[in-house]
Amino acid sequence: MKYVLLLYEDDAERVAKTEEQVAICVAYAEAMAKAGILVGGERLRPAWSATTVHVAEGETHLLDGPYAEAKEQLGGFHVIDVPDLDAALEWAARCPSARRGRVEVRPIWSS
Amino acid sequence: MGQEEDRLSREAAEAVARRSYGKLVALLAARTRDVAGAEDALSDAFAAALVAWPASGVPSTPEAWLLTVARRKWIDATRRRRSAEDASGHLGLMAEEIEAAAAGESQLPDERLSLMFACAHPAIDPGIRAPLVLQTVLGFDAAAIGSAFLVSPAAMGQRLVRAKKKIREAGIPFQVPERADLPARLEAVLDALYAAFSEGWSDPTGTEVRRRNLAEEGIWLGRLVASLLPEEPEALGLLALMLYAQARRAARRDAQGAYVPLAEQDPAAWDTPLVEEAEGLLSRASGLPGTGRYQLEAAVQSAHVVRRLTGRSDWAAIERIYDALLAMTGSPVVAINRAIAVAETRGPAAGLEALDALAGDLRLADYQPYWAARAGLLARTGAGASADAAYQRAIGLESDPAVRHFLEQRRAELAARGR
Repeated sequence: MKYVLLLYEDDAERVAKTEEQVAICVAYAEAMAKAGILVGGERLRPAWSATTVHVAEGETHLLDGPYAEAKEQLGGFHVIDVPDLDAALEWAARCPSARRGRVEVRPIWSS
Repeated sequence: MGQEEDRLSREAAEAVARRSYGKLVALLAARTRDVAGAEDALSDAFAAALVAWPASGVPSTPEAWLLTVARRKWIDATRRRRSAEDASGHLGLMAEEIEAAAAGESQLPDERLSLMFACAHPAIDPGIRAPLVLQTVLGFDAAAIGSAFLVSPAAMGQRLVRAKKKIREAGIPFQVPERADLPARLEAVLDALYAAFSEGWSDPTGTEVRRRNLAEEGIWLGRLVASLLPEEPEALGLLALMLYAQARRAARRDAQGAYVPLAEQDPAAWDTPLVEEAEGLLSRASGLPGTGRYQLEAAVQSAHVVRRLTGRSDWAAIERIYDALLAMTGSPVVAINRAIAVAETRGPAAGLEALDALAGDLRLADYQPYWAARAGLLARTGAGASADAAYQRAIGLESDPAVRHFLEQRRAELAARGR
């Protein structure tokens, strides 16, 4: 089953410490790749760089910023393919972001 | 004649339902993880049995008959419900399952344990685990579970549906966890069974049939888990704990329906065979490596029932066991029980001192047993006014009228002594 690990962290801190944390994250992603479970994933630019779009009654509304204002923001994600939730949760528990913030494990909608 | 056959078939179907419901749900749902689909297919199969069995007789292997029919119904339902592409994966899994089952057709494997581990998975909300086990393993409907857990049937039904969806969509595995994870995961299963049992046991008068049932069903599940994991000391410990409690069920009320506390119960009113079975389980558990919470709680009960033989609970042992439990759980409830034991081994003042250490815990502000214990110990140390206030507080927190009446009586005795 495919799961996405959504990495929520204090956005300001994550961006400030990008340099030192990048090596840790790369090592973790490499471990997933070696295990043959990594499907993909990306690191996101700071939440302030987001633009949120909503269309109502034919009109497009833009908001400068992320969908929800919060200290902890989505900072990146991994997509993994593992046998079941237990395996996904085990990988999530190893994730550096689970220490700095929260990791949400969400199954991907596929047949 | 036709009526008689109807009745026999109905009874046969009900007997299989009682014995095998969870087994069949577990087998049907093991690969697809679709518990709701399995339950629907099984209820169709039971309906078909009620039509077919009166005409053709009860089959020699009713479980296998039901399983075959349920699978056929399920495949039909899946084809109807899903688009062709979407269904192929599901049907593939079901075909695998049918092959696997056909290979060992004479002896259906027991997947109920896997089903219980899925229901009590850490990703499932703890509050819904016991209801989920009751529904999937025993076939209780949402109304019965709702009434036992004091939740409306509609709300309980919704929560059960959501939990089953979570099992399927989130990919919660149907398997007994590996050795390293087993103790922690088993604890969650045992907690769910104990929650079901406690809901039933907390109906002291036994007037609410559904709740009384729940205590018996909890024991039934406990027996099932203990038989499937006979080397797990905690599984044996929980079963022992439930049996000790059940053995004292009737002794909690006198002939007039008044509450009788443990210390004043007549050991002759305890159910001896249940006590002896519990003692046997506990001694088997103590021979196995590892000691857990349920084993210790059962050991406390064992130290109480020695009163059958010696006339007195073994309070020194009880204090020691509560020390160990407190170190393990840090629970304020355990600390209260420990203080009560200390009052017996070292006198009420020492017990009160142990209770005082808990006074800052806000969780105890509205916890009846804390105030009742406090009132009893204060009364014994001669602090009449404080004891009275504590009794009043305990009375206000108690929902059971019989226990309330008992506390009122104690309070009146105290006032009479003070006069």
